[in-house]
Amino acid sequence: MMIKINNEIKNFKIDLLTKWRENGALIPLLQSAQNSYGYIPEIAIHYISEILGVPSAEIYGVITFYSQFHTKPLGKYVIKICEGTACYVNSARQILKMLKNELRISVGETTDCGLFTLQSVACLGCCSLSPVIMINNKTYGRLTPEKVNTILKQYRKD
Amino acid sequence: MDKITFTIDGQKITADKGMTILEAALENGIYIPHLCYHPDLEPVGVCRLCMVEIEQRGLFTSCNTPAEPEIAVRTETPEIEKVRRVTAELLIVNHPFDCLICEKNTNCELQKIAHFIGIDEEHINKMRKPERILPIDTSNPFFIYDPNRCVLCGICVRTCRNTVSISTLDFMDRGYNSIVSTFGNKPILESRCVSCGECVARCPVGSLKPKETPIPSREIKTTCPYCGVGCGLILGSRGDKIVSSRGDIENPINKGQLCVKGRFGHEFINHPERLTTPLTKKDGLFVETSWDEALELIADKFSHYNGDQFVALSSAKCTNEENYIMQKFTRAVMGTNTIDHCARLCHAPSVAGLAQSFGSGAMTNSINEIQYTKSIFAIGTNTTSAHPVIAYKIKNAVKEGSKLIVANPKEIDLCEFADIFLQHRPGTDVALLMGIMKVIVDENLYDRDFINKRCENFTDFKSSLDNFTLDFVERITGVHRDKIIQAAVTYATHKPGMLFYAMGITQHTHGTDNVLATSNIALLTGNIGKPSTGVNPLRGQNNVQGACDLGALPNVYPGYQKVDVPAIKQKFEKAWNCTLSEEPGLTHTEIFDSILEGKIKVLYQMGENPVISEANASHVIKAIEQLEFFVAQDIFLTETARYADVVLPASSFAEKDGTFTNTERRVQRVRKAIEPLGESKPDWQITCEIAKRMGKEGFDFTHPVQIMDEIASLTPSYGGISYERLEYHDLQWPCPNDTHMGTPILHSESFATASGKGKFMPLTYKPSFELPDDDYPLILTTDRSLYHFHTATMTRKGGLVKLRDRELVEINPQDAEELGLTNAQLVKVISRRGVVKSQIKITDVSQKGVISMTFHFAESPTNLLTNDAIDPVAKIPETKVCAVRIEKV
Repeated sequence: MMIKINNEIKNFKIDLLTKWRENGALIPLLQSAQNSYGYIPEIAIHYISEILGVPSAEIYGVITFYSQFHTKPLGKYVIKICEGTACYVNSARQILKMLKNELRISVGETTDCGLFTLQSVACLGCCSLSPVIMINNKTYGRLTPEKVNTILKQYRKD
Repeated sequence: MDKITFTIDGQKITADKGMTILEAALENGIYIPHLCYHPDLEPVGVCRLCMVEIEQRGLFTSCNTPAEPEIAVRTETPEIEKVRRVTAELLIVNHPFDCLICEKNTNCELQKIAHFIGIDEEHINKMRKPERILPIDTSNPFFIYDPNRCVLCGICVRTCRNTVSISTLDFMDRGYNSIVSTFGNKPILESRCVSCGECVARCPVGSLKPKETPIPSREIKTTCPYCGVGCGLILGSRGDKIVSSRGDIENPINKGQLCVKGRFGHEFINHPERLTTPLTKKDGLFVETSWDEALELIADKFSHYNGDQFVALSSAKCTNEENYIMQKFTRAVMGTNTIDHCARLCHAPSVAGLAQSFGSGAMTNSINEIQYTKSIFAIGTNTTSAHPVIAYKIKNAVKEGSKLIVANPKEIDLCEFADIFLQHRPGTDVALLMGIMKVIVDENLYDRDFINKRCENFTDFKSSLDNFTLDFVERITGVHRDKIIQAAVTYATHKPGMLFYAMGITQHTHGTDNVLATSNIALLTGNIGKPSTGVNPLRGQNNVQGACDLGALPNVYPGYQKVDVPAIKQKFEKAWNCTLSEEPGLTHTEIFDSILEGKIKVLYQMGENPVISEANASHVIKAIEQLEFFVAQDIFLTETARYADVVLPASSFAEKDGTFTNTERRVQRVRKAIEPLGESKPDWQITCEIAKRMGKEGFDFTHPVQIMDEIASLTPSYGGISYERLEYHDLQWPCPNDTHMGTPILHSESFATASGKGKFMPLTYKPSFELPDDDYPLILTTDRSLYHFHTATMTRKGGLVKLRDRELVEINPQDAEELGLTNAQLVKVISRRGVVKSQIKITDVSQKGVISMTFHFAESPTNLLTNDAIDPVAKIPETKVCAVRIEKV
């Protein structure tokens, strides 16, 4: 089997290659690609397909099965909104609606400027602070639409 | 086959050992609801609808549970009913209810299940989710993918992955949002889909469906008119139109499978551009005329020329009977042996070469033996494009553990499945094969026993190997020595091994040598005369084997009986009641030279298009323009027919009876599905009419069945072939008499040579006639697109055009960079013989220094560039190698 190393792919860490050229190597390779690029570009999928002999369509199926994998670049700031029970009853929906309007994107999308990505999650584990959002690794609790507005303004300024 | 017995619902069932419970039940006429099961595919048990109970064991999915002796199976219990109902209802609530407007209505597995279990409307309506409307993919010219009707049975996914080995489709996303989709969720047209339609044929519901879906009012079994594989086809018609085509599951070759051309490429039959009346040229323009007038004119003109002034070009697209009539007309009426057809341009070296080494020039083994072979050596064949159904079989053999060695100047699709890929320079096949054979001999891996018992001339051959050292071979072919050794060891140690080749071997000035190299390697490893072995030339046209067999060649009568052997001449003189010429006629390539020299003055051409297909085409055009009288008989006004004085409208394969002989020598029936279009007539009828008007006897046929009887009486290898026998038997020639069952494997006892032994042929390396130099630095080689056939007369008449609409010169990225070219740029390709404009496609499929073009597109006639230097033995022009340069436009 021929392996064509494309210029674009050179910074994708494939030192795992020989070790992983076996069944079960797909997910580690996908993780490795995502770590290198922040998402899994098409070229990396074709490359992995060639290494493992797994069809590209099947790999795409695996990627779309796991919400941790992304096929498009994520924004600089990833906003995770909690839709768990506690947040839900404390009006997380209003926060979500507000975020969608403000950013002009739906859940799972990234703003055109590449600044924000909006994701919805089931629970962030801090129900006492509900409703909660997380932006990258920072958590913001007891939110109101006004508070969210201020937070977004800050990030936009940075 | 061992049988077992068990009971289903108390009824005693006998089944083959290894059958699943579902298969046993269906075979015995017991319906168990099922959705994800398909007889062609491995069962997976994902739809959970085929639940049965095995007494004292519990519930099982019957599609993937083997039937065991003495088990008691129940198909109806309250528990089964409960489980099955929930599963079925969950599918039905998400499915549209508009059965009446669905093409699958009355033929839908989900409908059948709903009907079987009985649906409570109120209950279903309560469960129904708000409608989720997904976009329908209509990008493909032939079929639609409607995800809203999909039941996620995965039959399409498995078909694409396991049957045709393309893997376009898979399950995407998860849970309620799961759908079947392509890589990147792109439209099917932009995916790697090859439009074979195998998934469409198997979809149990109306999710994947053809765009054109009229139900035929009658169907008829026939044989596909495209490549030499000879797939069985069922054509459906309504009135005078062909409306559907599907694979014939009873055909031993394709077992229902087809490629894109065979399944969807039949729009040409009823195309408005079909010729429907005879045309004669008056003042440079064609005018419609009556058959009477046209035939009288032809009969009158033909009778004014003697044999040496006449030439017939027969057709590998026409039936055996038509080729027989054409050569009989040429020999018995016109008194010349100058008849040839396009086999000269594709497999003449196979006929000439294999006749020298084995005594018979045809595929030695059969297509279905591929599945049992241990190694496959595919050299000079882009099988996926040119013989798709054989490619399916090769890929499946590889999945079953067979080794695959691909030798090709281009990195073709098969390479994805290859263990070893040898990318040699075009025209260096002898060096490559001889190098491999030297390794086999040096490593002592050759079959001594076989050589001693069944071969001759080994010592001479062995000493000719001395020149082919690894150093030399590596330098000439550009293939690394390790790979040559690897290929040699693999082919010699994995037996039985089949060798396949096509035009990459034959279309060279040393094409016969190339063929002899392939026969040498088979003899050397003892891979001949046994099942799953052999030298297997893949014939390009549907009936190129038959046209050769029936004597549409200048040196032989039907059955390869030589024209210059007096006893044979006498036999035919007696049978045809005439005097025949003993002088072999001219070949395809020589014919045009002879026309230019003014010797040949009349051309009668049936179903050919040499203006596009012949090497150095401008030479051909010049010759044709010089003819005194030119009759073209075709289904379309082809680029060549435009030069004719009289054009006769012929009927397509769907409008006539006859036989085609496929690449593995299998004679198969062609059956009339509709009446001839307009005033068109089958070719055999037209030729017979001309002969009769010239006052000749022996052409009073009313049906091809009579012609076949005459063929059988004069052709030893077809002696046992008759329409009656073909109804019940699969016959591969040689089939000498009425009780013979045909010969799937040639040379199993002895070879057909004079001595009965296989002959090793010493070889030397000869470079291609025209090599690159400073003025023309690139090598041009030719290949094929999956979506078109030959000069595309038939394939550029419908949806296939959407899949490939123009010529693309494939060029390596390095060459493109050096020339400063960008993808899709329009360029001029220039050779010593002509200039052709085309767009380029930059791809590393092509090696550096080599560009490739098809010859499907008349606007970019590649054969204006190719070289008409010919092989001295087989007289085939070197269409695979010529020197060119590329300039920006």
